[in-house]
Amino acid sequence: MSILVIAEHDNKALNGATLNVVAAAQKIGGDITVLVAGSGAQAVADQAAKVAGVSKVLLADDAAYANQLAENVAKLVAELGKGYSHILAASTTTGKNILPRAAALLDVSMITDIIAVDSPNTFKRPIYAGNAIATVESSEAIVVGTVRGTAFDPVAAEGGSAAVEAATVTGDAGISKFVSEEIVKSERPELTAARIVVSGGRGVGSGENYHKVLDPLADKLGAAQGASRAAVDAGFVPNDMQVGQTGKIVAPDLYIAVGISGAIQHLAGMKDSKVIVAINKDEEAPINAVADYWLVGDLNTVVPELVSKI
Amino acid sequence: MKALVAVKRVVDANVKVRVKPDNSGVDLTNVKMSINPFCEIAVEEAVRLKEKGTVSEIVVVSIGPKEAQEQIRSAMALGADRGILVETADEIGALEVAKILKGVVEQEQPQLILLGKQAIDDDSNQVGQMLGALLGAGQGTFASEVKVEGDKVQVTREIDGGLQTVELTLPAIITTDLRLNEPRYAALPNIMKARKKPLDTKSPGDYGVATGSKLKTVKVEAPAERKAGVQVKSVDELVDKLKNEAKVI
Repeated sequence: MSILVIAEHDNKALNGATLNVVAAAQKIGGDITVLVAGSGAQAVADQAAKVAGVSKVLLADDAAYANQLAENVAKLVAELGKGYSHILAASTTTGKNILPRAAALLDVSMITDIIAVDSPNTFKRPIYAGNAIATVESSEAIVVGTVRGTAFDPVAAEGGSAAVEAATVTGDAGISKFVSEEIVKSERPELTAARIVVSGGRGVGSGENYHKVLDPLADKLGAAQGASRAAVDAGFVPNDMQVGQTGKIVAPDLYIAVGISGAIQHLAGMKDSKVIVAINKDEEAPINAVADYWLVGDLNTVVPELVSKI
Repeated sequence: MKALVAVKRVVDANVKVRVKPDNSGVDLTNVKMSINPFCEIAVEEAVRLKEKGTVSEIVVVSIGPKEAQEQIRSAMALGADRGILVETADEIGALEVAKILKGVVEQEQPQLILLGKQAIDDDSNQVGQMLGALLGAGQGTFASEVKVEGDKVQVTREIDGGLQTVELTLPAIITTDLRLNEPRYAALPNIMKARKKPLDTKSPGDYGVATGSKLKTVKVEAPAERKAGVQVKSVDELVDKLKNEAKVI
């Protein structure tokens, strides 16, 4: 078994999601090679070489890979991936953008959102917004899949000593161009990796109130902040904070849902959290059915009281 | 220019599905079916581009059972001009769907190919990207804004950290995110008119594609149930539970 893991990074640092993918690769078993495709990404390759369990790092350094354009990176992945039994990436927007394209170039089917490895060619993945779990068996020569990070504990970022090799670059496909990027800056922990997440829904009323009520709680707990789709659509907070089937999937130790009713699509993004707390004025809210503890009350008085007591 | 929109017939987004007792799949008998919400957004975007004068004709295609005609008719009621149903009763994988769509694209020669970013039944999020690879065309996935300018299209994409804008050479693939637009409702006169719009029926074989997939679903299970929680009466009780029972703070 030889596994190629596509590193997720911003040309400066390796994203933690890659450590979860390496953990999934270890469950499959075999030699693990990490591919760093980027521009000026030597530091990322050096970091990847230190990751526990990695035996080799391939660095494809070229301007064409600077912004992870799928047209260019998928071409590279398909070219380099031919000699491997498995190609894995994180189930992030980058992984989901690139990997299906690479799979089609290799003429193989792909498995999205692997949550468990049963054998080197049998995997579990959620379907229907997490309301069913499918066990899927692949008979492809190369198994290509994205890994849901929250389902695998990350491997250690230090302790490995893999060799870094330069990989052949495949250049610019010439059909797409990066124009601009608007990255939301935040001092808080990253949503998908946070130990505690505080989320707000339509019930918080406004963007102003979202921050007034939830910021102190998140600050006190050192938590990341999330939101339901209703809160995002109403413009309370930016869309990258959305938790759910179409947003981010989180599984923190503690998830506090404030003013969130608990639609199927939202539950899909957080119901694997270890402990779920719901604060809602509606006694019948569906969120209560998955909550470990729920408190019925006005979030505008309950949350500040909670902040003062923890 | 011509736009091709792919739509999928799926279980309605508000239905809570049940796994069959024999673990062969989910039970879809007598369950409400609809256009996949992301596909509906793709149709709406094509109609808006037609209203702006960018797009001259909208062809909507669906691959699936005979009943998927209903979803094509719904798309026509929203403004699509004609439909193609690639009829198959068999299970079909994302790669095979992409291969059939490639055949349709080669026949129809659209400049814009719009799909939803994922179907809410299999949650794969693959077909648009695979089609991009097979056609050698650029892909603007998870689009929240689409601007056609000459022979290029600028697509603003929803990425994990925020937004990214890319420029693609036409013909290009666009997969829609929820925030791209808000689909309109079909008015009754338009539903009536849609019945008269042309709808061709094809088979996967017409495009030289065999159905099936090299991925086999061995088993479908219900997810592990969470143990029932408790209602706490006060903030003090909640803090106490979190500290001493759950030990998470």
